[in-house]
Amino acid sequence: MASPSVLRSESVGLQRFALGFGLGQSPEIRGTARERLLAEIERRTVPQPTGLPYSGAAEIGAALYAFEDAERAAREAKPAAGQQVAAAAPAQNQMAPPKPANEPALPYRTYRDEVVARVRLALEAETGFGERLVQFWSNHFCIGATKSNMTRIMAGAYEREAIRPHVFGRFEDMLVAAESHPAMLEFLDNRLSIGPGSPAGKRRGRGLNENLAREILELHTLGVSGGYAQVDVTNLARIITGWTVVGREAVLGFPGSFAFNAGLHEPGAPELLGKPYGQPGKEKGLAALTDLARHPATADFIAIKLVRHFVADEPPPALVRELSAVFRKTEGDLAAVSRALIESEAAWAAEPAKIRSPQELLLAAFRALGRKAEFGPIVGPLNAMGQPFWQPSGPNGYPDSNEAWASPEGIKTRIDVAAGWGRQAAGSVPDPRALTEDILGPLLSPETRQAVARADSKPQALALMLLSPEFQRR
Amino acid sequence: MLDDDDDCERMTPSRRAVLGAAGALFAWSFVPKFAYAAAGARDPRFLLVVLRGALDGLSAVPPLGDPDYAGLREGIALTKDGPDAALPLDGFFYLHPAMPNLARLYATGQASVVHAAATGYRERSHFDGQDVLESGQGGPGQTDSGWLNRLLAHLPAGENISRKGVLGVGVVPPLVVRGEAPVLGWAPPRMARAGSDLIQRLEDLYGQRDPGLARALAQAKLTEEIARRQGMSGEARGGGGPDSTDGMKRIAEGAAALVGADDGPRIAALAFEGWDTHANEGGAKGRLAQLLGGLDGALATFEQGLKPVWTDTVVMVVTEFGRTARVNGTVGTDHGTGTVAFLVGGAVKGGRMIVDWPGLKLEQLHEKRDLKPTTDIRSVAKGVVADLFGISGPVLAEKVFPGSGGIGPMAGLVG
Repeated sequence: MASPSVLRSESVGLQRFALGFGLGQSPEIRGTARERLLAEIERRTVPQPTGLPYSGAAEIGAALYAFEDAERAAREAKPAAGQQVAAAAPAQNQMAPPKPANEPALPYRTYRDEVVARVRLALEAETGFGERLVQFWSNHFCIGATKSNMTRIMAGAYEREAIRPHVFGRFEDMLVAAESHPAMLEFLDNRLSIGPGSPAGKRRGRGLNENLAREILELHTLGVSGGYAQVDVTNLARIITGWTVVGREAVLGFPGSFAFNAGLHEPGAPELLGKPYGQPGKEKGLAALTDLARHPATADFIAIKLVRHFVADEPPPALVRELSAVFRKTEGDLAAVSRALIESEAAWAAEPAKIRSPQELLLAAFRALGRKAEFGPIVGPLNAMGQPFWQPSGPNGYPDSNEAWASPEGIKTRIDVAAGWGRQAAGSVPDPRALTEDILGPLLSPETRQAVARADSKPQALALMLLSPEFQRR
Repeated sequence: MLDDDDDCERMTPSRRAVLGAAGALFAWSFVPKFAYAAAGARDPRFLLVVLRGALDGLSAVPPLGDPDYAGLREGIALTKDGPDAALPLDGFFYLHPAMPNLARLYATGQASVVHAAATGYRERSHFDGQDVLESGQGGPGQTDSGWLNRLLAHLPAGENISRKGVLGVGVVPPLVVRGEAPVLGWAPPRMARAGSDLIQRLEDLYGQRDPGLARALAQAKLTEEIARRQGMSGEARGGGGPDSTDGMKRIAEGAAALVGADDGPRIAALAFEGWDTHANEGGAKGRLAQLLGGLDGALATFEQGLKPVWTDTVVMVVTEFGRTARVNGTVGTDHGTGTVAFLVGGAVKGGRMIVDWPGLKLEQLHEKRDLKPTTDIRSVAKGVVADLFGISGPVLAEKVFPGSGGIGPMAGLVG
């Protein structure tokens, strides 16, 4: 049996690096948290959500285009309705079968299914470390579902295709998968960017859109102080011209999938950080991304973000240096970087001061209460607390600090949300005091124990457990 | 308090009359400016609206009198006539047709427009740009506190305003209000409220175990008290976010009700989102037009919600930077530099374009691509808060906008 102080630190670790203790889990998990986290890394994969209607972006793209065509046809048919029934009939044939009342449109329906499927994985996970890493990387390479039908319908597929396969893989593979994913090319406008000297650029007089190029440098790799200038932004935009999404005409592949369109690509060898890139076609962008992935500024930037996320708002510099060194030495092997984090004593020793983000809180609470993944109860609280899945207000993702999440209004909203969870779970929890002992284990303070015991109702007792400092901070 | 209000009531109509009269200059010189800043004369309200994503100032306030404008803006240029004509301001500058309320406020002397303005930030990262705008520092990377919070902290001792705290709208408070001075929070409610008994028990528990959470909860309770007294229902509603017309309106309603309350905060900040128009920005109609319509509606909501104190109110609308002068390859605009800011409210000495126009010829553009900034946003902000709150130049230059000694407060913005 581990000593009380070890048990305590392992219990903190379970909340810090993973999703906390779940209803019905064996107490043994607490004594062996670190071993289990390391074992997750060694498996080198995180599970994929199942039971989804579309396997990937290409299938989704075809469905989306069909949906949009049908919507358009329905709109255009409307004025003629009643007068020219015969003429409207061909359009009817292309339309999706009529949806039941209150059933949301296809993009939102797909988003809903994707959210439920990924939450289910987090609720079923033993510790949830892999799921936490998925959240971290998904936020690092975030897209915004609210931008368009395409980002809404592909948000889940993006996480499945660009993030999950690489969480314990190589950073540069994740980088390429993210920047070439249709959802990202749509979100940051690169699908529309045209090299001014490309065939299409000369013909149409259109040109560059530097949105994705800037965010690759600023947010995804080097960081804002990583030593690049405006000319690097513009040149990277040139380098990745032609990285686009196949349209409904399916000229370059499956509709809605990634394609390199040579007709949009800017010819020449633009310099990025002083180095010319003259490779043919798509290779040019791949070479640039590979170099960016291996740049020392990228290693530092990723290390700081990881430590800030998992350990402390003010990242301990020694730990940052350590992770950055591992990142550099292994050329971005994310399993090695994750291992260095979990093996570091400093990462475990820090006080549990960070407030759980709204998504973490929801997943931890659902695990503790033994709740199932249902869309309404997921999306309502997350919207209220300001962190719905895949909808940050900008490409820099959701914030990652107590300043942001432990604000007065944020705390008040958490209380409202947890009060609701207490009411909803009261029927299924026999004894809140016993549950509190189970869930918080060695973290439980006498004050919280007493507050739960003295609560005037079961719902209130459960809310107090969920709102206790021990459950809120990690 | 009643007496003070009386004073205000008596003073204000005459001031308006004076401003409107032909002999304004003569009469004006007899009204000492400091009279308004003196304790008791005015109970000022200041609301800062941050437009996140970088507003295209050349579309919001198009310089239709500039011969180079139309050529740069192919596909999204606004025009003086036609069905969606831009609204005239001073004959050279026009206002986007989606903003009739702002045009009316301008015409009635309750709004001014600052053009070719920017902070001291000259790179093009949204996030650093917003940090500089909100921290009030000369450069990025110093994000411990925001300038509105420091403003509050450095108001003259015993000042009634500072005890009331600064309001940050949103579940995540904007950086500009963060810091040592008390911060109040509010967001449009989306969940059923928890019972007061649970709150009481949490106050006890946090009091024993967690000072940080205890502080946050105490502040939250304070705001809720004011909201309740203002008759804000607290009822949960769905609806759009801060990038929708409906969301902007609800945020403005809530902020106005809290700031308008006798015992409410006098200073507030809120943010509207979605201004990053890289593609398909639109001209008189389209994406930006919709957002500007939302902002315009929010300004009308402020006017309505703050009616009793409108003559003491300044709403300042700012954004992190502007956008490229020339339309990009995707009928939008990329990150730029100079842009517009708006000053709206009964306390604004309005009906004026505040601008030193740099021109739009290639060599007149910043780095041959962006509208060149000729006015520092900090000098505008300093001018407004100096007049509204009677705060001194040195405090503004050292504490509120550190290192801004070379950028003097712009005079005469507040009437």
